[in-house]
Amino acid sequence: MSEYTFNDPWWLIILKVLAIFVGLVLMTLFTIWWERRVVSRMQNRIGPNRVGPFGLLQSLMDGFKLGLKEEIIPKTAHLAVYWIAPVISATMAFLAFAVIPFGPMVSIFGVETPLQLTDFPVSVLYVLAIASIGVYGIVLAGWSSGSTYPLLGGLRSSAQMISYELAMSMSFVAVFLYAGTMSTSGIVAAQEPIWYAVILLPSLLIYATAMVGETNRAPFDLPEAEGELVGGFHTEYSSLKFALFFLAEYINMVTVSALATTLFLGGWIAPWPLSLWDGANVGWWPLLWWFVKVQLFIFAFIWLRGTLPRLRYDQFMRFGWKVLIPASLLWIVIVAAARVVRNEFSVTTQELLLLGGGLLVVIIVGSWVLQVRSERRERAQVEAAKAEMDKPFDPYAGGYPVPPLPGQEFTYTSRRAKAAVVEGTATRTATAVLPGESADAPVPSTSDPEEGTHA
Amino acid sequence: MTSTDPSAAEAVVFWVCAFLSVVGGIGLILSRRAVHSALWVALTMISLAVLYIANAAPFLGMVQIIVYTGAVMMLFLFVLMVVGVDSSDSLVETLRGQRVAGILLAVGFGLLLAIGLGSALNGVPVVGLDGANGEYGGNVEGLARLLFSEYVLAFEIVAGLLVVAALGALVLAHRERWQPRRTQREISQERTRGGIHPAPLPPPGVYARHNAVDTPALLPDGSVADISVPGPLRARGDLRPVDTAAVAETAALTSGEATYGPAKRPVADDPGTSPGEPS
Repeated sequence: MSEYTFNDPWWLIILKVLAIFVGLVLMTLFTIWWERRVVSRMQNRIGPNRVGPFGLLQSLMDGFKLGLKEEIIPKTAHLAVYWIAPVISATMAFLAFAVIPFGPMVSIFGVETPLQLTDFPVSVLYVLAIASIGVYGIVLAGWSSGSTYPLLGGLRSSAQMISYELAMSMSFVAVFLYAGTMSTSGIVAAQEPIWYAVILLPSLLIYATAMVGETNRAPFDLPEAEGELVGGFHTEYSSLKFALFFLAEYINMVTVSALATTLFLGGWIAPWPLSLWDGANVGWWPLLWWFVKVQLFIFAFIWLRGTLPRLRYDQFMRFGWKVLIPASLLWIVIVAAARVVRNEFSVTTQELLLLGGGLLVVIIVGSWVLQVRSERRERAQVEAAKAEMDKPFDPYAGGYPVPPLPGQEFTYTSRRAKAAVVEGTATRTATAVLPGESADAPVPSTSDPEEGTHA
Repeated sequence: MTSTDPSAAEAVVFWVCAFLSVVGGIGLILSRRAVHSALWVALTMISLAVLYIANAAPFLGMVQIIVYTGAVMMLFLFVLMVVGVDSSDSLVETLRGQRVAGILLAVGFGLLLAIGLGSALNGVPVVGLDGANGEYGGNVEGLARLLFSEYVLAFEIVAGLLVVAALGALVLAHRERWQPRRTQREISQERTRGGIHPAPLPPPGVYARHNAVDTPALLPDGSVADISVPGPLRARGDLRPVDTAAVAETAALTSGEATYGPAKRPVADDPGTSPGEPS
């Protein structure tokens, strides 16, 4: 297993683990403060500015307060699962960070080692796997609380995570195709000439959308939509258990941002003007570039939260399944086709781009024509349906008693009229019953006593 | 040092994960709640994934967690939650002969496993992990080569089966739409133009003396807002009559014609009908 840990001595592994743990906790405290300040600024407020310089210690104090609060456990909770859910959430949040590369080879106490805890050939899949276990924390919290709102939040969360994880993993495929590896450090190294954010922009856009859905952040924070579900999955949690969920949410935010940085923004590699300086990509400096890039994504998270209203649940699911997943499938096909054409035929990039542009024009024009036609057909269908609705309700359509269709009014027909119709339909001719006709219909004497009981 | 000895570490990982996966399997059978069973299965799956990774098959381990733990078990949990939190499973067997079928299937599966393992241990030439992985440049590449060359037909058949299953689920869940779909615009128009009070109804009147639900609220001009009292009370005629004298006194106070205090009451010369007293 030692090839997974860069042949580090045991004390260095422990040191790295400790650094990641402490760093993530500090990052959480910082991100909470940063988010509150930025959102405040966007809403013309000041935000926390009392505890410490610029209010920096506010989230630390909030953490203490949360820890000291009384813990209330609902009577209906399934205790074992209720206990384990926040633990799963928080642990998995920390674990995912093990494969994120922060920097190049550095020397720590005389040992040359990369700034990364571990790396293996499929480490991006490891992040996905850890994220999918992390969902259990949320879902189980919703279920074990024994209460309605958390259950709804848990249900929403599981549906949401499954849907958006699909789009998320599909956005990775193009990166894998270009990098030729699934290891995070390999992907960073492959971006030395150019970031994948530039050549694989659609992948970045799909990933950025999916990562907001995956972390339950606004505008996709439906599992904890406070207007509908009180607190969602963590409604019944208090004190330290709630703090664990809070911690997990912010660490997840940092993790998906770090993954986006690794896959699309070149990880710790210095951006253009800085890369002119020879010392930019060696030593400890890259840690700073990495941090700034991650903060960019986190700022985008905050910006989204301060700007966009929450989506309706069905709109959100429709967007995931009918827009994001087909779009990423299409993009994968395009990327793979371009790669094959590049590898198999001797075409220049210019020719390829021209070909792609021509195809794009054909696709856009064709889809526009199809759209117009399908809209026309849909309109005709709606008209036909409306015409069908406007017809008066015929309770004996086809000669048999039928209930009204949705949207049709039930019109009362007397038994006399019914009897008349029954006589009439003996010859299998379906005649519509009009209210005026019923009076003229012959009345069989046998139906008279019954009619009295129904009057 | 024992911590860097690979075989010792592997033995520890094996015994821990093997124990956990067996515990998960037993827990699955013994649990009374369906959700607990699902969790035990998840434990088994994760232990197996760790074993795969420890055996230098990281791709298989990751896929095991992503597909089985993350997607399949999550869907199971989803369905279990939709079915009901508190519905305990009935232990009455409805399928006739299911025990016999179960035993037969278990024996058959065991035989298959034994035959597969046996032939794998005997007939196949062993090239070693490095040889198998090195042929195509890595574990993932080797798997991809096998899947898309030798086993491509099986792969496509399984894919077709899954697509058919998905389509079947879609057909079963499909519901014919009788009416054209109402857009958000139509729904909101219906809500606001239907003559219904679109906002929450005004609450009952709250005064210094009464805040009962049968006390109607007053509109700014002093008239009674009927809709502030719940419908059933209104239907029974249980509206508490409004103390008009009190209303007049309030109006006088607000318009400045009267001032507070007992001595300066404008109607103090008529002690019998002191305004503000309950009539």
